[in-house]
Amino acid sequence: MSSDTQKILSTDGIPLEESLKKAEKKNKIKAFLLVTPLLLFLIITYIIPIADMFSRSIDDKMVTNMLPKTYKAMEQWDGKELPPEEVFEAFYLDYKILVKNKTAGRLQTQLNYEKNGFKSVLKKLARKQKKFEEGNYKEQIMKVHKRWRNVDYWRAIKRRAPAYTYSKYLKGVDMYSNEEGKIVQVSEDRRIHRILWSRTLEVAFFVTLFCFLMAYPIAHLLATLPMKYSNLLMICVLLPFWTSLLVRTASWMILLQQQGLVNDFFVWIGLVGDDNRPEMMYNKTGTYVAMTQILLPFMVLPLYSVMKTISPSLMRAGKSLGATPGVAFFKIYFPLTIPGIGAGCLLVFILAIGYYITPALVGGASGTLISNQIAYHMKSTLDWSFASAMGLMLLTGVLVIYWIYNKLVGVDNIKLG
Amino acid sequence: MSKKVDFVKFDKVDKSYDGKVLVVKDLNLDIEEGEFVTMLGPSGSGKTTCLMMLAGFETPTNGEIYLDNNPISNIPPHKRGIGMVFQNYALFPHMTVFENLAFPLRVRKISKEDIEKKVDKALSMVSLSEFGNRMPGQLSGGQQQRVAVARALVFDPSVVLMDEPLGALDKNLRESMQYEIKHIHESIGVTVVYVTHDQGEALTMSNRIAVFNDGKVQQLSSPDKLYEEPVNSFVAEFIGENNTFVGEISDISNGSCKVKLDKGEIIANPISVKSVGEKTTVSIRPERALINPKDKMDNNQKGKIEEVIYHGDHTRVRLNLLGNSEFILKVPNSSQNLDIKLGNEINIGWNSRDARALDPK
Repeated sequence: MSSDTQKILSTDGIPLEESLKKAEKKNKIKAFLLVTPLLLFLIITYIIPIADMFSRSIDDKMVTNMLPKTYKAMEQWDGKELPPEEVFEAFYLDYKILVKNKTAGRLQTQLNYEKNGFKSVLKKLARKQKKFEEGNYKEQIMKVHKRWRNVDYWRAIKRRAPAYTYSKYLKGVDMYSNEEGKIVQVSEDRRIHRILWSRTLEVAFFVTLFCFLMAYPIAHLLATLPMKYSNLLMICVLLPFWTSLLVRTASWMILLQQQGLVNDFFVWIGLVGDDNRPEMMYNKTGTYVAMTQILLPFMVLPLYSVMKTISPSLMRAGKSLGATPGVAFFKIYFPLTIPGIGAGCLLVFILAIGYYITPALVGGASGTLISNQIAYHMKSTLDWSFASAMGLMLLTGVLVIYWIYNKLVGVDNIKLG
Repeated sequence: MSKKVDFVKFDKVDKSYDGKVLVVKDLNLDIEEGEFVTMLGPSGSGKTTCLMMLAGFETPTNGEIYLDNNPISNIPPHKRGIGMVFQNYALFPHMTVFENLAFPLRVRKISKEDIEKKVDKALSMVSLSEFGNRMPGQLSGGQQQRVAVARALVFDPSVVLMDEPLGALDKNLRESMQYEIKHIHESIGVTVVYVTHDQGEALTMSNRIAVFNDGKVQQLSSPDKLYEEPVNSFVAEFIGENNTFVGEISDISNGSCKVKLDKGEIIANPISVKSVGEKTTVSIRPERALINPKDKMDNNQKGKIEEVIYHGDHTRVRLNLLGNSEFILKVPNSSQNLDIKLGNEINIGWNSRDARALDPK
């Protein structure tokens, strides 16, 4: 701003900017009050849960809090050889309290995650420690089980010393930090999460592609048909929105199952034999079909809103200038729909990547996605910190995709309608 | 090579969209090579439909259109080689001005150097040489229009169609663009078919004007003829201002006729009336009726001034004359102090050949 504009005074002699601010203050407050409910709602239902998820996913205080004396004593221990007597004593005292409070089981489970076979060692110690005499705990503990002489078990305890850990994130990509503290992959037969991640990306990608291929002609038709037909078509497009997601998924189950309508039809027209009905459900096919149908409107609507604004005279101009209909389409119409394609693809992809109910119902074992795994850990294993970690990884993945998209296409070019 | 008189030929063309109403009825129209022909008419008169049929975006329901003696009804638009300027410019918003102009050349697979040469030439023709790298959205309306004109001409089409190209511009810009388009037409000699509903535009720009109404060409003639000698009352009403008297022929002889009105009688020039007793509408241009005429005129009437509107260079006077209270006069603003005051009675005179007795409305 030039210095001239700063000198301008209003009729009352107050600087113009100041009096403008004063005049608009009321409006600003009003506007802020109007968005306050939404802001509060977002903070309570979005920001706080995500923050909580994050703290949960890295929280590892449980073991730390159960063995306070042990970890204090371990501070001096370098982990190369068996810890000194103080550590054994501290561990004995900590463990005694846990056994007394009947919370030793949790420690056993947690340490067993770190080192297989730890549970039985600890259980034996719980039984024997009642008869311990004062002094020389190292000897007494080592006598209970020979594994106490193995330094690996002590290292396992020490690994759980920090109050925060990223091990859940490592687990999410099938990695862990081993006894030496190095990050390594889990054995090949146990790498389930990576399969799920890649399958989730694959399903999201193909669902987006199928949605795009089907939505583009529909949106074009919607944008060019006369009003009375386009309204009817629009209702057809929006109809799925008015039906419950569960109902739609269930109806796909009726259609796609081996004794379902689609298979009956295939048999009836002789495409497949009655004893050779293809499995179209409880695998990836079912997930593709149902998700594409459910997410289709999210692709149609942004495309439609962009196509609606493209004047038909542009295509005519292209043709009158000598372009064949195909060239005119790819050189003129298609480039102008890119903002809509971007918006639709981003929307469908992000929705698909976190889709849960449909893959759970029609996906079977080979059609479940990462979100189903998250739900499994939430409900069945109760490993909430792992579920949180995977949820955050999913969220980060979506943000990364959004960032890449912004770099490639530019978010300003998105048009949602 | 002599110019073809029927370079573009509409031969008995009918067009109907719904199978019930004919939008264009039995259209016969010959356009000479290098001519600037305007299709003028009210909205819904079929003029744009004719243009779209010529461009290939609509097919004639009946009849045939010939371009340079070749029937073109079955040729798709992109093979006709006809340039077109659209009402809303239809510039490709995602391409620069240069790319817009290069588009028709690129689809014709013309070499890069030639494209640059031709585009530069076309841009300088519309004096936009500096604007090649701009996007259409960064140009003003007039500049966009010039780009659209340049784009329609850059591939040297034999015919250029313009569909109300100046409709979206403000009045001053529209006038200067009219001259610009006219000069471009004169300098490159391309055949132009121009559609407009603005008669001023049509009169300034065209070699010939086809006045459309109700799906038919009412009159096809040069601008001056159209204005001075309208062949029917629609054209007389549509082009310019016009005073009318409705009456009945009471006598017809020696190239003039007497028309009996409700109040009084006038002498007129029989154009489309032939016999006594016929109903007629007599049309007189406002500037052909004079106040207190010095020369002797064969129509002399007294009228009462009902309204005076000052227009700067002239004054519009509304009179009640022979029962017609809508009789308009245009009085030039001269030092001559005429007795134009509200309520005054004045003498009005005109020549009978300027009072054209046309078909009844």
